[in-house]
Amino acid sequence: MLKNPPVGQPAIRVEGLRVVRGGRTVIPGLSLEVPHGQVVGLLGPSGCGKSTLMRSIVGVQKVAGGVVEVLGLPAGTEPLRHRIGYLTQAPSVYTDLTVRENLAYFAAVVGTPRSGTAREVARVVDMVDLGSHVDASVGALSGGQLSRVSLAAALVGAPDVLVLDEPTVGLDPVLRRDLWVIFRRLAADGATLLVSSHVMDEAVRCDRLLLMREGEFLADDTLAGVLASTGAADAEQAFLALVDQARDRAAAGGTTTSEVSS
Amino acid sequence: MSPRLMLVTAGRVLRQVRHDRRTLALLLVVPCVLMGLLAWIYADTPVFDSIGAPLLGMFPFLVMFLVTSIATLRERQSGTLERLLTLPLAKADLVGGYAIAFGALATVQALVAGTFAVYALGLDVAGQDWLLIVVAVVDALLGTALGLFLSAFAATEFQAVQFLPAFVLPQFLLCGLLVPRDRLPDVLHWVSDVLPLSYAVDAMRTITVDASAGADVAKDVAIILGFVLVLVGLGAATLRRRTD
Repeated sequence: MLKNPPVGQPAIRVEGLRVVRGGRTVIPGLSLEVPHGQVVGLLGPSGCGKSTLMRSIVGVQKVAGGVVEVLGLPAGTEPLRHRIGYLTQAPSVYTDLTVRENLAYFAAVVGTPRSGTAREVARVVDMVDLGSHVDASVGALSGGQLSRVSLAAALVGAPDVLVLDEPTVGLDPVLRRDLWVIFRRLAADGATLLVSSHVMDEAVRCDRLLLMREGEFLADDTLAGVLASTGAADAEQAFLALVDQARDRAAAGGTTTSEVSS
Repeated sequence: MSPRLMLVTAGRVLRQVRHDRRTLALLLVVPCVLMGLLAWIYADTPVFDSIGAPLLGMFPFLVMFLVTSIATLRERQSGTLERLLTLPLAKADLVGGYAIAFGALATVQALVAGTFAVYALGLDVAGQDWLLIVVAVVDALLGTALGLFLSAFAATEFQAVQFLPAFVLPQFLLCGLLVPRDRLPDVLHWVSDVLPLSYAVDAMRTITVDASAGADVAKDVAIILGFVLVLVGLGAATLRRRTD
């Protein structure tokens, strides 16, 4: 799956990223390195800058400063567009087409040869377990099925880097577990995944956690590391403890530096 | 730019329309009904023969403008545009794909409306009937191109729909249908010279009154096609991969 894995180069490198939206600084200065094959969970409350960071990495966000590189190339540049899969937060597929028509279109766009389209569509449909709905109009599907079609569209072409914005939101526990099995399998095959969620209990599925709040990382560690450093029982408690710590530091007059490197 | 991706995109857009039977029916029937009404209200007068051709150019133009604007706005709002912009699809492939798909629909629509007007309603012009239909097709293409370009500036459906009164109705007032363009106040005449719909109506009026003015009509058609190309090009150029 991974074409020419570059030695020693991170899959994603962000340095000093600054994003300003509508006059408001959403991300004041963020740095991050993700090695190949890692599953990184980006956790934090709604509005903390998760989607903005992800949009910067896939190259559709206007940035005010800093460096964002994917697979050693500047984010959003042409050669990367074959190698990165992006799942937007709201399902982004054509509701007036069937599942098959949607996926065949996205497969063609990422460069799947015509002769291989049917096989590629079958492959991703199978991954998200939508085989029985492949000829259904997407507009007639349930919310959970709709988000799975959108996920399948991001998996088409087997990209090396997957940026998934809340892929499991609104899905039932069984389906969520199945999707995490897929994510782990993709990583085992060499893909790098950045997965956002505001459901803290998904933290246990990730190799590494980024706890984000107000455009900054409160923590960048494994789940075990975060729990040990905060003495919390689970990711949610840990997150709350970190928020309190940051607030106390700010109240004490210190700046809220938030680098906790793994 | 990739001709294959442009065609694949056009195919996808046409497939979306095909699933929406009612839209397809409206596209083909509405201009015919409007032409029929026009013929009926001017029954037993020579008026239909004199304004029928310019309006045959106008109706498909209006319909295609609206349909194209809304279709591209939907692509933007559904998030599929954002997804596509992260993928190896050139902006020209996307805009070109839309232009091909709606251009094809525009062509069929204008062919049907033109054929209906000439053969069923008996629209009688001095020039050749086929030329009338060609100009109707070109006008419908112009509506598509204008919709593609302007929809980039609409953030909501409310705005997109109001682009019709804002950008199309002034062209209607100045295109020479209400007052011949050479009798407009100077300033308005100059303005009408740079509006594409003026050339559409000029061509149709020429066909209406002059049997041997093929060269004049060809010049107007060339100008309209020039507008079409520039508008489609601007549509691709104004699309931004990175947004706020």
